[in-house]
Parts: sequence; C-alpha cells; structure tokens
Amino acid sequence: MTEPASKNANVVAECLRSWNPKAVAEVSEYRGETTIVVPRELLQATAEHCRQDAKLQYNFLTDATCVDRFPAEPRFELNYHLVSIPRREKVRLRVWLSGNDPVVDSLVPVWPGANWLEREIFDLFGIRFSGHPDLRRILLPEDWEGYPLRRDYPVEGYRDVPNTGELFRKSSTP
Amino acid sequence: MTTVETAVGTAKTMVLNMGPQHPSTHGVLRILLELDGETVVKAVPDLGYLHTGIEKSCEDKTYSQAITLTDRMDYLNPLGNNLVYCLAVEKLLGLEVPKRAQYVRVMMVELQRISSHLVWLGTHAIDLGAMSVFLYCFREREEILKIFELFAGQRMMTSYIRIGGLALDPPAGWRQPVERFLKMMPSRVDEYETLLTENRIWIGRTKGVGYISPEDAIALSMSGPTLRAAGVAYDNRKVFPYSSYEEFNFNVPTRTDSDCYARYLVRVAEMRESLKIIRQAFDKIKDEGPIKADAPGIIPPQREKMKTEMEALIYHFKIFTEGFSPPPGEAFVTIESPRGELGCFVASDGSPKPLRVHFRSPSYINLQALPKLIEGQLISDVIACIGTIDIVLGEVDR
Repeated sequence: MTEPASKNANVVAECLRSWNPKAVAEVSEYRGETTIVVPRELLQATAEHCRQDAKLQYNFLTDATCVDRFPAEPRFELNYHLVSIPRREKVRLRVWLSGNDPVVDSLVPVWPGANWLEREIFDLFGIRFSGHPDLRRILLPEDWEGYPLRRDYPVEGYRDVPNTGELFRKSSTP
Repeated sequence: MTTVETAVGTAKTMVLNMGPQHPSTHGVLRILLELDGETVVKAVPDLGYLHTGIEKSCEDKTYSQAITLTDRMDYLNPLGNNLVYCLAVEKLLGLEVPKRAQYVRVMMVELQRISSHLVWLGTHAIDLGAMSVFLYCFREREEILKIFELFAGQRMMTSYIRIGGLALDPPAGWRQPVERFLKMMPSRVDEYETLLTENRIWIGRTKGVGYISPEDAIALSMSGPTLRAAGVAYDNRKVFPYSSYEEFNFNVPTRTDSDCYARYLVRVAEMRESLKIIRQAFDKIKDEGPIKADAPGIIPPQREKMKTEMEALIYHFKIFTEGFSPPPGEAFVTIESPRGELGCFVASDGSPKPLRVHFRSPSYINLQALPKLIEGQLISDVIACIGTIDIVLGEVDR
C-alpha cells in the first residue's frame, strides 16, 4: 500500500524534522500523494511552519476534511490539503483523533480560510476546534441532533424519530 | 441557522435580512446585513437551505452509482463534477484512461466552462440592470446544451464522464455542430463586450467595487477567476495538469485590479481561451479508438462481447450487482472548474462502496470571502459582489 517516498515527501519530512523532531509521526506516499501524520498537539505549529518556512511555502490551504473510521479507534482522521503556489507542490497533513475526545486546535489563526472548512467538519462530524472564532453549525439547522457524516449515523436518518429537534417533537405529540 | 441575535444592530445601525428568496442570490442564500445608512457594517452569510447530504449518500452507493449524484451539485458544471470524481476514483484504482477519451473530456469540460460563464455573465448583468445581455448569453448557451444532448442524450445532468472513460462514443456527425459553434462563438463574445466593456453604467457599477488584496485572497483560500483577477496566476490546468491539459496551448488570463470589473474581464478572456482549447481538442480527437480503459472487472464490457464471451457476461453481472473494490487508500484530485479549484477526496476501505467522498467546492470557499468584499461598501454593491463570486448554491450546500 505504501510506495517509496518521493522527492517532495523527503523535503517536507526533513524540513519539519529539523525544525521539531516530534512534528513528524509518520510519512507515507500513496498514488503520488504525500501524507505527513502530525501529533495532535503540534498541528497548529506545524501548519504555521509549513506556511512560513522558505523551503516549504505552503501558503494555500485548499481543503480540510474528515474520515470516520468507526469502529476502529482512534476513529477520526483529519486531512488538511496544503498547496504551495510558488513551488507547485501539494502535501497532506493528517491528525488522528479519538472518538471520546475529538478536539484539535483550530487552523483559523494560520489560514482564515479554514473557518468554514472547520465549521463544516464540526457540523457534520462533531469535531471541536479550540480557538475557532465562530464554531456554529453551518449547513444543518442549529437544533439538529447528531452528526450525520459519522459512520454510525444511518444514511436515511432516524425515520421513526424524525431528527428535527425539539420543535418537531412538540408539535407531533398529541 | 443564524438567528438575528447574532447580528443585532446598535442604536445607530439596523439589520436587514436579505434572502433566502432574493433573485440576485442565485439560489437560496441568506445574508444578514447590518447597515449604517446605506453602508454595510457587517455581513453574516447563512447557508444550508439546499443541503441534501450528497456526501453521505455517496457512501451508500457503489463507486459508479455515485456519479449521478455529482452532476447535481454544481448544476452549471455537471461535466466538471463528473470529471473530478472520476479522476479521483481512477487515481485510487491506478487506471490509465485512453488519450481519445481524455481529449473528448477536455473538449466537453471546456464547452461546459463557456456555458457556465455565459450563465454567469447573463445573470450578473441582469442583476446590475443590463437586461439584454442575458438574452444574448442564453442564445449561445442553448447551442452548447444541444451539443451535450447530441453526445450524452441529456442537456444538463449528462453523467457522460464515467470511471475509466466516457459513457458513449462521440455520435456520428458530432463534428458539424461543434465546428459551427467554434466558428460562431468568437464574434458572439465580441458582441457581449460591445454591450458591456465600455458601457459607462457597467463600469460605474463594477469598477473599484469588491476589492480584495491578493494576500487576503490566498489566505482565505479563494481560487478561480476571483483569485486570478487579483494577479495570482493559479490555474490547476497549468499548475497540476490533469486529463492531458499539458498538451494544450492556452494562456491564463490575469488582472491586477481585483475588483468586479477585473473579474468580468478575466472571465470573458477565459471564454476566448476555452475556445482555443476546444479547437485543439477538436483536432486531436481521432475518429476511431477506445474511449474506455482496458480494465475488466471495473469497466462494463461491450454489449456484443457479452453475447459471445462467458467472461464478459460474468464481469457485467459482477459490476452491476456488487461493483468493484479499489484497494484501501485515499486520493485527492483538484481540477479547475469555472468557479475555481474543485477538489474531490475519495477514501476507500477496500469495499465496493466508498468510505468517504468529499468535495472541495469552490463556491463554498469563495463565498467565505463575501463579508470581506462587502463590509464598508454600499448596499447596492452587495448585489455586484455576490454576482462576481459566481456562486452556485447547489454546490455550496451539497
């Protein structure tokens, strides 16, 4: 499943290791994409370093998303896709979060563009981002219960108990 | 949903609720505007009215079934959505797509870019009071939709691009309508420009409106014409070429003014560049050749083979009953949609259904910059700024 590390993977991993040896927990390469697994406590600092370092210059956060590996533990895998516009390279930063404590530092101080991406993950997966300036639901109604993109949430929702919150239950009970 | 309390005005200001039913929001977008006289002090976008859970639905479908869902996200760019999803799954599978199919894909996606820019131009102009441009734009868009109908049998939700290639061979006689379109279109683009580029009202409504600095645009993850109008020549077709874009000759139009007028000029120039690409693809597409990758067990076999070969019949049965299973892993692909960087992340756990499908939709992320564009501007400029980002709410909410 893993391939030999590309030149870019080596550059990123070396650069991060020389900055802080603990920042890189694992480097992997699959289908030409580099993934750097970062410890949860160091995510914000590592992202900041990726953005500022003259050798890396990952100035553009293109995407942030989550994968739920339920029932495995740690179940949540957060993926941040960074692009360096000057260097024309991509990298993926990954953080693992456990199901009973899904909290991670927000990347909004590093890239303001992370704001809505993190709100979407909070909305659909229930992961909390500490330090986020405006952590509210964004796509679902504010009174929605549960986090629909988690694997243990049924695809068709909860049919017998329509999941529309307090409002519905009040009006539907005789 | 955002309640009015989050944006209560002070004694001096008032809160105006714009949308979700407002013709210039291009769908159902609600914006809470805090106004001081006619000046916008604060803007809070509120979305989710079109949320249909497409990403969740994809997890319950096989890889090929999910294609039809992608069409319905960005309904002005269905082929681009098909393409990004198929590229991601192909990357996951390690599939090589035949050149002929790649060129047809490029041609279709560029036609789609023109049609999307035409809808944008028409509706943006109508928002700002220029009615006739809309009629001109839709006249040409109709021609493009007829070409799509010829190729795929559908005008909008084509699902024409499939995993490993295309759904159908280009139909007999496809060259005439495309040729006719290529001959007609350059003069039509000139026509739009005579209506707008030097129009004093148009310049007055768009020039200097909705400025954003290139640094802010990058920090806010903006992409597409909005970023290029700020002077950053970031185009996925050049930076991370896909589907053989590296073989095509075209320029990436940029401006430095970074206002609504600059974005208009960038998009009009992009239409001309797309015409160049279509012409090159038109010449590169051979009349004969495969349009699907050679991958039994993943690509459905040809109908004739099924009648004569036992193996083909078995593969057909297996593909349509249980699907195919890519090896465990992830793939992230980005392409340049008419609105910006469209990304697709697909994760597989080795089963016939995707573990996770995520779309990085450019409208969603560009819309994030809206408060930055309009705060401090006049309320009439809000309309110009929403139009200039070119949002499609189906894609924003997914």
